Amino acid sequence: MNQKESVRNIIPWDGALSSSDFFCAASAFSEKWKRFNPSAPPWLWVPSPKHHLLSSHKEEGYLSLEDMCFIKSSEDQESCRSQTWKEESSISQEEEAVDTATLVQSCFDEVNHYDFHIVYSPSYRVPVLYFRSYHSDGQTLPFDEIEKDLPDYCAKIRLESKWTFITHEEHPYLNRPWYKLHPCGTSEWMKLLFHGDTSLNKNGFVIEHYLVSWFSVIGQVFDLKIPLAMLETVSC
Amino acid sequence: MSGAATVSASEANKLVWEGAIPLLIHLHDSEVTTLPPPPPALVLAPRLGYLPLLISQLKPYFSSTLPPGVDTLWFEYKGLPLKWYIPTGVLFDLLCAEPERPWNLTVHFRGYPSNLLLPCEGEDSVKWSFINSLKEAAYVINGNCKNVMNMSQPDQVELWRSVLNGNLESYQRVSSKLKLVTLEDEYTENVNAVPTASQENSGEADAPAQVKSGRIPVRLYVWTVTEDFDDLESAPQIDNWDKVSYINRPVEIHKEDGKYFSLNDAIKTLLPEYFPASSFGNLGDVSPNQRDEGANTCDPDPSSLPLENAEIKLVRIQGIEPCLEIPFSWVVNNLMNPEYFLHICICLRVSEVNAVQ
Repeated sequence: MNQKESVRNIIPWDGALSSSDFFCAASAFSEKWKRFNPSAPPWLWVPSPKHHLLSSHKEEGYLSLEDMCFIKSSEDQESCRSQTWKEESSISQEEEAVDTATLVQSCFDEVNHYDFHIVYSPSYRVPVLYFRSYHSDGQTLPFDEIEKDLPDYCAKIRLESKWTFITHEEHPYLNRPWYKLHPCGTSEWMKLLFHGDTSLNKNGFVIEHYLVSWFSVIGQVFDLKIPLAMLETVSC
Repeated sequence: MSGAATVSASEANKLVWEGAIPLLIHLHDSEVTTLPPPPPALVLAPRLGYLPLLISQLKPYFSSTLPPGVDTLWFEYKGLPLKWYIPTGVLFDLLCAEPERPWNLTVHFRGYPSNLLLPCEGEDSVKWSFINSLKEAAYVINGNCKNVMNMSQPDQVELWRSVLNGNLESYQRVSSKLKLVTLEDEYTENVNAVPTASQENSGEADAPAQVKSGRIPVRLYVWTVTEDFDDLESAPQIDNWDKVSYINRPVEIHKEDGKYFSLNDAIKTLLPEYFPASSFGNLGDVSPNQRDEGANTCDPDPSSLPLENAEIKLVRIQGIEPCLEIPFSWVVNNLMNPEYFLHICICLRVSEVNAVQ
């Protein structure tokens, strides 16, 4: 065992990750997601944009899940709560004609597109979720519109939990305004999720399962669910 | 007061707090509705301040000529919309390779480019951004932001006021209560280790006694050139924010007695991709190109090796170009901004392939 590992095994885990651990965790997460959630759009690793100084280094980057579509029925907002996440890009050429007809018939008048990026924060040493939303014509949604997309209980989670408040901030790589879920409580609840069990830190178990656990909490804010089978790989 | 350390302002601190940039601010043509057009406003902007805070000085100059509508203040320099949450001094150091005095800026009161810039609703937005950065810095230094979150209301007000008014004494009175100690000044005798928290070192018993470690909040603004330039006037103009690589990464210190950690060392640890791994062993956070064999669950990445040796052409902090051999502790203690971040503007010379396009 080398120095780094031996140190890690002694010191109580603080709920946080190093930058290189994040890269490993991201690989593990995207692979599991693909395996257990094949119908959803994949999480892809995006290396630092070409224009960024660190673009030559593959480990610098973030996880991206783009173009998740949130389709809302224009009919009675209360009863017709058929707000669902749908991957528009999975609609093949053939199916398109059929789906358009279906869409017209169901009076879906709004498709909001969401992009989610999981970016590592060196200051907080945890992953941070950045997101933005836009209409099909590319126009960005203001936050109060985004709020309408989310089920009521999500708003409740967001407001009541001191750990999940949303701020308007610039994307660390893309020089554009995005929204982010504030990271300052993350290491605390990540510690809880792993029951504060130091022994779990052996052999990279924590790294392997970090993002699955993290996402199982964060995803609730957006009603993005992790398949049960994926969660079961973490329980011990 | 024996408990709270009342640090007397060093000469450097005073100069930094008094630092200001003379601005010559022109109203954008499209917003001039009267003839003759109003003359530009000459304003002295504190280095440590933020551009939107100048509205109270600027509005009187231009209000009579503005078209009807709601004020949404924003600034640009040679066509580049300015990020309002970056301190004024940093913007100047970054965007004016050859310092321009006065600095000619264009102001807009209409047509906010909200696809490019975060919204700014006046002083409150700036204050929020400042406090948020302070919390982040506290987290970096102490591993939590409790001390900032637990500030009393009067203290918060006084802290922000002191930044607004450039009042160093008042600032130090309140900020010392936060007990955000970054580094021991290496000019003074280190008798007791400063309890700067580091996550990795919480298992104190196992760490060698003489290693003092800490994390220092740093924000790097890096732009690259592919050719040498002799004088700053011929340095390329930054006309797009994509040409600046913003690196918000703490410097990790693992210092051994007898060695000191210079500004040069600090910069190189922040840019391991461009500078071969230094001799400083990192216990916790492994920089990407230091890989122990078989340590991680994923394979070492061959592309993580540095591609070339870049050359540091220019380093600017608070408008000065410090000698790179200065102890980093001095730089941090004397040149950081009130939110406890050290902002460093760097120009690197790299090969064509690695240039920031």
